Amino acid sequence: MHGQAPSIAPRVAAAGEAAISIERVSKSFGGGEDIVRAVDDVSLAIRKNEFFTLLGPSGCGKTTLLRLIAGFEHPTRGRLLLDGQDISALPPFKRPVNTVFQNYALFPHMTVAQNIGFGLEMLGKPRAEISATVDRMLKLVRMEELKNRRTSQISGGQQQRVALARALAPQPKVLLLDEPLSALDFKLRKDMQIELKRLQHETGITFVFVTHDQEEALTMSDRIAVMNKGKVLQIGSPRDIYDRPAERFVANFIGDTNFLDAELESFASGIGTVRLPSGARMNASLPVDAAVSNGKVSVVVRPEHARLTRDLASAALKGKLDTVVYFGTDTHYHLKLASGEPFMVRQQNTRDGAAAFAAGEDVGITLSDNAVQVLRD
Amino acid sequence: MADATTEVPLVRTGAFDLKWQPGFGVATMVCLVLLYAPMIVLFVFSFNGSDSITRWGGLPNWHWYTEAFADQEFRSAAMNTIKITVVATIISTLVATAAAIGTTRGRRFAGQGAIYTVVNLPLMVPEIITAIATLSFFSLLAQYAGINFGIGNLMLAHTVFCIPFAYMPIRARLEGMDERLEQAAADLYATPWQAFKRVTLPLLVPGISAGTALAFIVSFDDFTITQLVAGPGQTTLPLYIWAKTRRPLTPELNAMCTILLAISILFVVGSFLIANRRRSKTE
Repeated sequence: MHGQAPSIAPRVAAAGEAAISIERVSKSFGGGEDIVRAVDDVSLAIRKNEFFTLLGPSGCGKTTLLRLIAGFEHPTRGRLLLDGQDISALPPFKRPVNTVFQNYALFPHMTVAQNIGFGLEMLGKPRAEISATVDRMLKLVRMEELKNRRTSQISGGQQQRVALARALAPQPKVLLLDEPLSALDFKLRKDMQIELKRLQHETGITFVFVTHDQEEALTMSDRIAVMNKGKVLQIGSPRDIYDRPAERFVANFIGDTNFLDAELESFASGIGTVRLPSGARMNASLPVDAAVSNGKVSVVVRPEHARLTRDLASAALKGKLDTVVYFGTDTHYHLKLASGEPFMVRQQNTRDGAAAFAAGEDVGITLSDNAVQVLRD
Repeated sequence: MADATTEVPLVRTGAFDLKWQPGFGVATMVCLVLLYAPMIVLFVFSFNGSDSITRWGGLPNWHWYTEAFADQEFRSAAMNTIKITVVATIISTLVATAAAIGTTRGRRFAGQGAIYTVVNLPLMVPEIITAIATLSFFSLLAQYAGINFGIGNLMLAHTVFCIPFAYMPIRARLEGMDERLEQAAADLYATPWQAFKRVTLPLLVPGISAGTALAFIVSFDDFTITQLVAGPGQTTLPLYIWAKTRRPLTPELNAMCTILLAISILFVVGSFLIANRRRSKTE
């Protein structure tokens, strides 16, 4: 009895908390030789009121996963639970989930208000309630004055807001967003990122957001699932994903990274000791959910977690400065290590020009204790 | 919804542009004159004061129109034409709409491409062959099953050959329509029928109205098939006008043709206006 408790208790707790549970879901297209596994044995739980992002390059399966949740596709294997109920077989119009489409898919023959009221109308809500909700939604997305415009008469940013209002109006349990910002220009995209966060905060609805833009994912999400080739590689908070990437793909896809070959000499409770190619020994964080063993490993160091020094004796790595690229707020130093590998250091600029390094210099690199992360592959 | 209007350069850029080559305007004029001059002559002579279709005489008047409308056979031919055309247009448009939806929406099925060809093939078959085939079909039906639908035979024949004409623009419109609009409707709790009624159908109106117009015109002025299939008392306007040419020609013929032309133009303009109004609303 006592021995079984740990395996049951977390599952009950997880089912209660999760807005959406995806259990070993696969989706294949085509058949025989041409079979494409768009989503390959994915399991994840999206919590209530969470801003959850599916991040990956195009073709990684993130949009297919979103369409599976919406009901436009049905899983080849596995099942989807919404609030603990199996929705795998339900058609889209029976799922309390709404979508903001990439191209917005606003109904061109209806006004802004008619678009926003469409879902409520289909749910058979009374006219007065529909009109009140539409007004509330228009206010929420700050579009009151364009209520009676046709959707072809408003700008892309405004269409985006209408699409959001239309999907939020029926108060779905989960809002799905399929790269909704990709069609907007830079300035508008930044505004909408803030707007989306505000909307999620005000409505308290679970957001599932699909994007290939790592910066967008980092700034907006509570948690991120990084996908590639139909698989989820890592799930975690933006900080986890950035500071503690589990795999080479994740480290490479998000931000700039230095990869080094190293030797894991010993490890205990999440921290290991690695020997770098230069011979220096450093403490390193180990991957969270994978077993490691002593021997050859790949480690990553983010460029801003390393510092240049002229004191070669205390340096963990040594190299020759190749190029220096000035970015205003910071400077990127590209080095060639003594072991032959490239390495990049990013340093905040100060008004004190004396600290600047010049191309061709022999420099050392110091790493803080938490800078080195061991990958599981 | 991208802006569909393209900028027409007002300044000659020096790059090769067909519209600015010498002779372009002249060629356009020749084409237009060749197309419309005969119709204008036909129209003008329908008001002729004399009884020649080639020599003008007397004051222009409505005489030949009064004559035509007084002609009992002309009126009955007009009635037949309207009955057949209306029935054929409505049924063929309905069938074509269903076929277009069936071949562009929903689950893909084996032979979907073949269906497209099969539906459109009649457009490529010489009409006389369709006419003879239709004639033998109805003869066989009468001979072995004793079935003769009377004027229904013509309605059936017209319905069938109108379907591909109605199908083309409807299918084109459906293919150009973003399927995500229907998905968005489904996502917002519309059942498949509601999604069709509230989203697909309203957006399909320009296609359907173009299809209807085509079916109407094709049925309205059909001669070859009608000529072979029509039984006694089933004379249509084109058949009656054709019969008229066997007798001494008077401007009454011009008047009849002008009436036929006027009905066609009215219908086409009407459907164009419907399509255009809908399009301006949606694009």
